[in-house]
Amino acid sequence: MSLLTILAISLIGCLCAAWVFRFSGQVLSDQKPFFRDMPYGVAFGYVLGVAVLAWIIVTYIGAKIAGFPAANKLYFFVKAVEWFVIFAVAAVLFRILGRNLGTAGMRKLFRSMPLTASFGILIIILYAIVSIFAGWIAPYGQEQVFAQANIPPGGDPSTGGNPQFPMGTDQIGRDIYSRLIYGAQNTVGIAFATTCLAFFIGGTFGFLAATLGGWLDQIVSRTVDVLMAIPALIFALLLMTIATVWANNFGIDRTIFMVVIIAVIDATRVYRLARAVGQNIVVMDYIEAAKLRGEGLMYLIFREILPNATAPLLAEFGLRFCFVFLTIASLSFLGVGIQPPLADWGTMVKDLSQFINFAQFAPNVASAPLLAAGAIALLTVAVNFVVDWMLHKSSGLKE
Amino acid sequence: MSGTLLKIRNLQIEGRADETWNPIINGIDFDLNKGEVLGLIGESGAGKSTAGLAAMGFTRDGCRISGGTVEFDGIDLVNASAAVKRGLLGKRIAYVAQSAAASFNPAHKLIEQHVEAPVQHGVQDRATSQADGIELYRRLRLPDPDNIGFRYPHQVSGGQLQRAMTAMAMSCRPDLIIFDEPTTALDVTTQIEVLAAIRDIVEQFDTAAIYITHDLAVVAQMADKIKVLLKGDEVEEADTRTMLSDPKEEYTKSLWAVRSFQRPAKPAINTGATPVISVQNVTAAYGTVPVLFDVNFDIHQGRTVAVVGESGSGKSTAARCITGLLPPKQGHIEFDGVALPLDYKKRNKDQLRQAQMIYQMADTALNPRKSIGEIIGRPVQFYSGLTGADKRRRVEQLLEQIELEPTQYINRLPSELSGGQKQRVGIARALAADPKFIICDEVTSALDQLVAEGILKLLADLQDTLGLSYMFITHDLATVRSISDEVVVMKDGRVVEQGPKADMFQPPHHPYTDLLLSSVPEMDPDWLTELLEKRGIDNIGDAAVGKMV
Amino acid sequence: MGSIARIILQRLALGLLTLLIVSMVIFVAVNALPGDFAQQILGQGATPEAIEAIRKDLGLDQNYFLRYFSWLGNLLTGNLGISFAQMNFASNMGGDQLIGVAEQIRPRFMNTMFLAGVTAVIAVPLSIILGLLAALYRNTVFDRAANITTLSSISSPEFFLAYILILFLAVLNPVFPSLSNIFDGMGFGDRLNKTMLPALTLTLVVTAHMMRMTRAAIINLLASPYIEMARLKGISPMRVIVKHALPNALAPIINVIALNLAYLITGVVVVEVVFVYPGIGQLFVDSVKIRDIPVVQACCLIFAAAYILLNLAADIMSILSNPRLRHPK
Repeated sequence: MSLLTILAISLIGCLCAAWVFRFSGQVLSDQKPFFRDMPYGVAFGYVLGVAVLAWIIVTYIGAKIAGFPAANKLYFFVKAVEWFVIFAVAAVLFRILGRNLGTAGMRKLFRSMPLTASFGILIIILYAIVSIFAGWIAPYGQEQVFAQANIPPGGDPSTGGNPQFPMGTDQIGRDIYSRLIYGAQNTVGIAFATTCLAFFIGGTFGFLAATLGGWLDQIVSRTVDVLMAIPALIFALLLMTIATVWANNFGIDRTIFMVVIIAVIDATRVYRLARAVGQNIVVMDYIEAAKLRGEGLMYLIFREILPNATAPLLAEFGLRFCFVFLTIASLSFLGVGIQPPLADWGTMVKDLSQFINFAQFAPNVASAPLLAAGAIALLTVAVNFVVDWMLHKSSGLKE
Repeated sequence: MSGTLLKIRNLQIEGRADETWNPIINGIDFDLNKGEVLGLIGESGAGKSTAGLAAMGFTRDGCRISGGTVEFDGIDLVNASAAVKRGLLGKRIAYVAQSAAASFNPAHKLIEQHVEAPVQHGVQDRATSQADGIELYRRLRLPDPDNIGFRYPHQVSGGQLQRAMTAMAMSCRPDLIIFDEPTTALDVTTQIEVLAAIRDIVEQFDTAAIYITHDLAVVAQMADKIKVLLKGDEVEEADTRTMLSDPKEEYTKSLWAVRSFQRPAKPAINTGATPVISVQNVTAAYGTVPVLFDVNFDIHQGRTVAVVGESGSGKSTAARCITGLLPPKQGHIEFDGVALPLDYKKRNKDQLRQAQMIYQMADTALNPRKSIGEIIGRPVQFYSGLTGADKRRRVEQLLEQIELEPTQYINRLPSELSGGQKQRVGIARALAADPKFIICDEVTSALDQLVAEGILKLLADLQDTLGLSYMFITHDLATVRSISDEVVVMKDGRVVEQGPKADMFQPPHHPYTDLLLSSVPEMDPDWLTELLEKRGIDNIGDAAVGKMV
Repeated sequence: MGSIARIILQRLALGLLTLLIVSMVIFVAVNALPGDFAQQILGQGATPEAIEAIRKDLGLDQNYFLRYFSWLGNLLTGNLGISFAQMNFASNMGGDQLIGVAEQIRPRFMNTMFLAGVTAVIAVPLSIILGLLAALYRNTVFDRAANITTLSSISSPEFFLAYILILFLAVLNPVFPSLSNIFDGMGFGDRLNKTMLPALTLTLVVTAHMMRMTRAAIINLLASPYIEMARLKGISPMRVIVKHALPNALAPIINVIALNLAYLITGVVVVEVVFVYPGIGQLFVDSVKIRDIPVVQACCLIFAAAYILLNLAADIMSILSNPRLRHPK
């Protein structure tokens, strides 16, 4: 109840402060339009923003000064603030770099880029490097089992850590740091391959349906309607049940089934978009001109339609990738996705999740599952930031 | 009657694009007296709509007034608070938008929207205002004025909505109304009714107005004085008759001169000659909806046949039948005396090559991802098999024919060209096939008048040098007059009348042709008055007497 | 009004047809399993008699067509079959106290509905208000901050948000319990308390989606010429929103709500597993792991039906709120 009281008091405080802020602004600035026409909601927004910022700074400094038990409690808060600042600074630096290096076109691109998008691009590049060169970066193999299991992270021998395993080892003695790095390769790589497959299937059918129309369009569209009437994750789980039996019977890796299943489910969404985009382009007069010229289907699709569909398709690729990536992570988390011994983030979260309960006594132990989950979130957030910017840019051009 | 109502001095407006502010209007001045009508004219991008809205102290999102003053009846609108401006808008200054269909809220009945301003501003109570609305509908000659207000916007036609919007603007008897291209989206025969209604009601209530349009003939009917804008700058201002008879500036003169372009008449067609294209008894339908009924016409070598009609008359459908995109249900189409397969998919390469098409919207007619060289080069290569240097030479030759410098334009993308240049590239693409016959579908209607004039001249020159035949689809009779040899008038999917141009512009006519011809505004400021007298509508009051169409 | 009734009937029929085809798809998918079904269920050590009994019981000796229709007929009468796990238990241990899938699912389904309901009660008003605010104050600092926050929340996997909430609200500051061990006969307050964390997790995800979609719908609307017209008539901003924007925004907003409630269905699976919430999602995942086909089939069908129904509801609501359809020419 006390929490609610504090919240209520601070809310009322902010409301009063907002009124004072606007009123004094009006008086002091001699009725400048900025204050005169300021809605009360906006004034409240400013005050609230300042209050939250002040609270963050005060708590952060407090945590830095505080001793052992209190500091533990604020450990994650401090880390979150620090990482936020680090990422923000990195993004700013990256954007400055982009604005001053490279070709003229690239510099122009970076100049109009919001900070979120440059952060996204930076993260995507980092993930790409880590997943491609995982074998070189990781100190140990992903399946390598060491004698000592359950070493806590931190690498400090006084708290039971081991400097050889900066993030500790898991319950059967595999190096968590290496598995995190290999996780990038496996999780991102498989998601990327799945998305490509989904685009190949969905894009092909979508453009064919848009260009040819008629019965092909009808059949494929109705099929897609039915497939889309089943929620994606539920359908994937159902098919995975069956796939595990198939996999056992025929000795094929379950992961391959998963890739195909998710690709097919996702292809339905790609199909919808490709068809819609294709249909918008097909009604253009230049397509009619090409048809009347006597051009063949392949020329129409590859030379006239596809070049105009790249922008929306690229944005959709980003969104689909996120979706596939999250679906795979969810399946792995639920225990039916990527199979051990392959390292993968979803499975790691599941395996390490019980450590969260140690947060109050050993925050660094609790951070292991969060790191794996955070690694998933960070990439999807990054991709979404870039896609958001791309969509905003293309819609802005239309106006 | 006297006294300045609106005073604008050195008005500057900027618009935001790509994170920077770019000027839209760079300092214009004007005064408007009570009861006076000012015509603001200019081509697209002249800033006339922006200026009109600024006269209400309003700017659209992404625009701002960066300098100058707007003074309405002594009130400074640039620096007035939002509340002060709200008190004026709708009450003393009203607005009539271009698209009435989009500007009425689809969720409310017309009369609901009509009474909103008077009730909200406390001018009248609901019942009085509603009765007044019905009276205004009657004066604006809306059909069934007692009940039309109780319909939803989508249940009322475009021309009627535009008049209902004028009534709505009048609801508080404002001192000033801004008309923003109120008739641009309407057909000519409908336009007349709306113009007459607007002019009469503005006169009746002695309302001052700013009438924004790109159509000189329209503004000549409506305005007491005219101001010409070009790219955000003022060109000149004078009272209507002076401006029409004696324009001072070169730009204004060139605008006026557009209307005078006319091709010399050609000798009569040799009766025995085989037409290039012969449309015979063509009946067509979209699905089960019939759209063309027994259409016949011929197009001869080196001739231009203008197909005229309002929206929905079937003129574009006729073109789709000829190209084979919409195979006719009955009848056939002959090319040089030989019947063409009805479906374009069944036509051979040579048949496809002989008939080319130029589109209305150059923006959608050119693939935005291909360079000009590729766009023109593709049909060259496709039909004649030329490649490499030969192909490039042919493309350069074509670019010269359409008066674009080859080295400068060959590698550009369509987005780097102006509207007129894009349309020229569309012409070059058609020429690249080396056709005998070209369909021009409203090729000039999306262009400003000066640019359209250039395109028409180019088409005429090409016809003379290459012996091309044109089917020229248009709704604009001025264009018909300037370019055609023969005219086909269409209405509701049927050919109403056809013949040589000279005959078509001489009476007697089919009644519809007559209506169409007489509805085209002329530059004479007395034209509307005279026309209305001739049609038997002299003034407001005798409502619905002359309800045409 | 005749045309609108016809359109709605058409949509209803289409929804039913889709549901029927979906049931077919699910049936075919499950029956595409290779090898001997009964053997799969009972494992290698089963007696031939037990296998034979199950085969007869499941009607595996009949052809696909008959099996589908008997399955469908059973479905319609509420008989969802008997879980393999139950059957296995019975065949190994003896006894005949079999609980049908329907009885197994019912309490869990109610639990899931409770969770979804709590989420909706928090998320729907919150997200619509936030979405409206973001649309009204678009391109301000508030809008940008909201954009970044919601985008991050959408992008994060549900289990990440769930563990973050557990970390801060259960472990570090024990406000709510991290395990949702709900049972029958629990008091409402207690039940609500234990449902809070999963509900908050779902709220985070759904609110972000709904808020973004509401914002987009409203901004789209505010750009329309009739809103500009209303402003130019000197109407107060509040009245512009209430009288001119809202009636037209109803359809898109209802659509947004229905779509997100449908989205909840998918999200509920992962969240229930994280919090060990005894809902239908957890049952589904458990059954998937042990390949308990009758339960998987039934759950899948329930999820699909809810999904289709919500989409159908959205469709019908938007038809009803369209003045063009309500008042035909």
